[in-house]
Amino acid sequence: MGYTKRYDGRKFDEPREMKAKIGIIPRALGSAFFQFGDTKAIAAVYGPKTMHPKHKENPEKGVLRCTYDMMSFSVTERKRPGPSRRSQEISKVSEWALAPVVDISDFPNTVVDVHIMITQADASTRCAGLNAASMALAQAGITMKEMVTAVSIGKVDDKLVVDVDKEEEDHEEGEGATDIAMAFTKSGDITLLQLDGKIQPEELKEAIKLGKKACDEIYKKQKEALIKGE
Amino acid sequence: MEAKEIKTEGLEEEKQEGKIREIAVPGEKIVSGDDFLPGDWTRREGKDIIASRYGIVEKQGRLVRIIPVSGVYVPRRGNIVIGQVIDIVFNGWILDINAPYNAFLSAMEAPRFINKNELSEYFGFRDLVVAKVENTRGRGIDLSLKSKNLGKLEDGMAIFINSNKVPRVIGKEGSMINLIKEYTGCDIIVGQNGIIWIHGKNLEEEMVAKEAIMFITEKATIFGLTEAVKEFLEKRQKTEEKA
Amino acid sequence: METPNINQQKILENIAKGIRLDGRKLLDYRELEIETGISNKAEGSARVKLGETEVMVGVKLGIAEPYSDHEDEGTLITSAELLPMSSSDFEPGPPSIEAIEIARLVDRGIRESGFVDFKKLCIKKSEKVWGIFIDIYSINDAGNLVDASCIGALAALMTAVFPKYNEKEEKVEYGEFTDKKLPLTKQVPFTMTFHKISGKIMLDPVTDEEKISEARATIAMSKKGSKVVINALQKGGKESISQKEMFEILDEAEKKYEEVSEKIEKLIEKSIKARK
Repeated sequence: MGYTKRYDGRKFDEPREMKAKIGIIPRALGSAFFQFGDTKAIAAVYGPKTMHPKHKENPEKGVLRCTYDMMSFSVTERKRPGPSRRSQEISKVSEWALAPVVDISDFPNTVVDVHIMITQADASTRCAGLNAASMALAQAGITMKEMVTAVSIGKVDDKLVVDVDKEEEDHEEGEGATDIAMAFTKSGDITLLQLDGKIQPEELKEAIKLGKKACDEIYKKQKEALIKGE
Repeated sequence: MEAKEIKTEGLEEEKQEGKIREIAVPGEKIVSGDDFLPGDWTRREGKDIIASRYGIVEKQGRLVRIIPVSGVYVPRRGNIVIGQVIDIVFNGWILDINAPYNAFLSAMEAPRFINKNELSEYFGFRDLVVAKVENTRGRGIDLSLKSKNLGKLEDGMAIFINSNKVPRVIGKEGSMINLIKEYTGCDIIVGQNGIIWIHGKNLEEEMVAKEAIMFITEKATIFGLTEAVKEFLEKRQKTEEKA
Repeated sequence: METPNINQQKILENIAKGIRLDGRKLLDYRELEIETGISNKAEGSARVKLGETEVMVGVKLGIAEPYSDHEDEGTLITSAELLPMSSSDFEPGPPSIEAIEIARLVDRGIRESGFVDFKKLCIKKSEKVWGIFIDIYSINDAGNLVDASCIGALAALMTAVFPKYNEKEEKVEYGEFTDKKLPLTKQVPFTMTFHKISGKIMLDPVTDEEKISEARATIAMSKKGSKVVINALQKGGKESISQKEMFEILDEAEKKYEEVSEKIEKLIEKSIKARK
């Protein structure tokens, strides 16, 4: 039969309703909120500032450090407070997703801290987190080559869809669901690519192209929020 | 030559009224053309001048640059800064100047000889000191006191703003800060690092000066800021007089 | 950056005259905003802004084993995290003592007031009860996270509903909510933290005031009939509080109770209406 209609009626290439705002945490140097439908993420940036512990310093340039976590009540079954192994992994891939565009070579021995928190989760949380983090880094005045935008592309049974929600993530009929988290720089380079499921190489190429196109739309929201200001 | 209009709904009207300046987002093209020169926080990619930092676009003839509105303070030689003593070592003081690195003020900078037992009396923990950036060497900053009007700050109060807003607070040749000084009668020292010292006859005067400065930082991107600040001060004074 | 000496001096001088730099009176709270239902995955949730201080609190319910000395009562576990995103003073890692103290202060106010009817949370005596989890997160620290957290916990509890419970299979169907509210009583706990600075008593300090606070007393109170009852009290801070000062704090707490409790209840109601 195949996946002919999305659970929430969206078009296959349509992301959920998005909201973006910067300057939501006054104490941080930069901060932002990003929402894909029911998934809400907030991010805050501090630094560059002297790195502690000292042994993690880089004498040639500043270090980017990222933490990602979910609030215990952001998910259906309470998540115990404190970073899980999943959170730790996402923290690292988020750092790798942002590092290529960030230039802190003028600040050796310092660290730029990016903190991402999910307050409500309905799949695509790391993507929402990265979209918020990218805006927060810009607002923090960090030198950046360009922005990073993230989206999840799903292969739900036989169809590729943009911005997977939880229902689609849990889809079991047919070939099930393969969730692909990806992030692109504005100029099209991939900084995040993670997937779990079953997908053929050709399909993945299609998914990547679809992802970049979707990110072009999502980027407009990030830009709008930055231009609008606090 | 007009810059490429940023096509964003709703913001078009505001731009036409001249109410806000053009904001650049990292990675966005600002202008296109071989004639243009990439200034601060921009770079050239082929024919295009691209923004490398979030801020306000400024074009001066062929030079295109970004004026940052946010971000950490980066010390430059000659800057006057206000720093807080966070540590005392055998030969001087370590100051937090809200920069990525701490600054060092040598005991030799003091106008008279201070032996190491007197250091904490001269400048104690959490004291604020106005100093000049002498040297920015790799991971450290050296400060000097060997200029007029440098030294410990007594009385008054300090407020903290983003260092990128300091030029607006000072104004062209000090016009803005002088306006505030006149209206409020306060002594004001603006550290390039965004720490500002205000000293008036009483708390009310100091608060008006503080509010005027915060007003500037909030409206930093508008045109006609001087008029807006004048209006703000006049209104504030009227409420003061009524009170 | 620590509060500079000249600012400390200024704050102290003026507090001694009963003046605060932001124009508030010593016992005035900053503007309070409450939003509930901020996470549709939580059984109850709230976002509280007290001036620029912001916290998010969530209530989750689960099935738990009762404590052996309270075999027919539900359980309550409160946790708090001072997120690094909310202040450069907070480091990532396990909860600091400050976070633990906030969690425990919030917990005791709720527990000791009898606000939650724990007996009504019993499913099967000595085997199965409902467990309430209250999780507090700081979003922006501009002083007085503890009072903001208490308000958040209250708002989250008052708007929380039970998830669907499959009695036959004896398990919770997470993600599906009933419209049955938690079994709450009229003994609503309101918590105020009084600070002693420069010989004066004040409420709701901003960061600079909090940093120079000499001692503090967090008091949770509720109403039993027409009388105000103290359910929990904790003195904190390095300095001492004289008996006279403590009695003054108790008097002010009793006086302030009506005003504070009314305001919070009104805002919680308003937040519920706003969601409809």
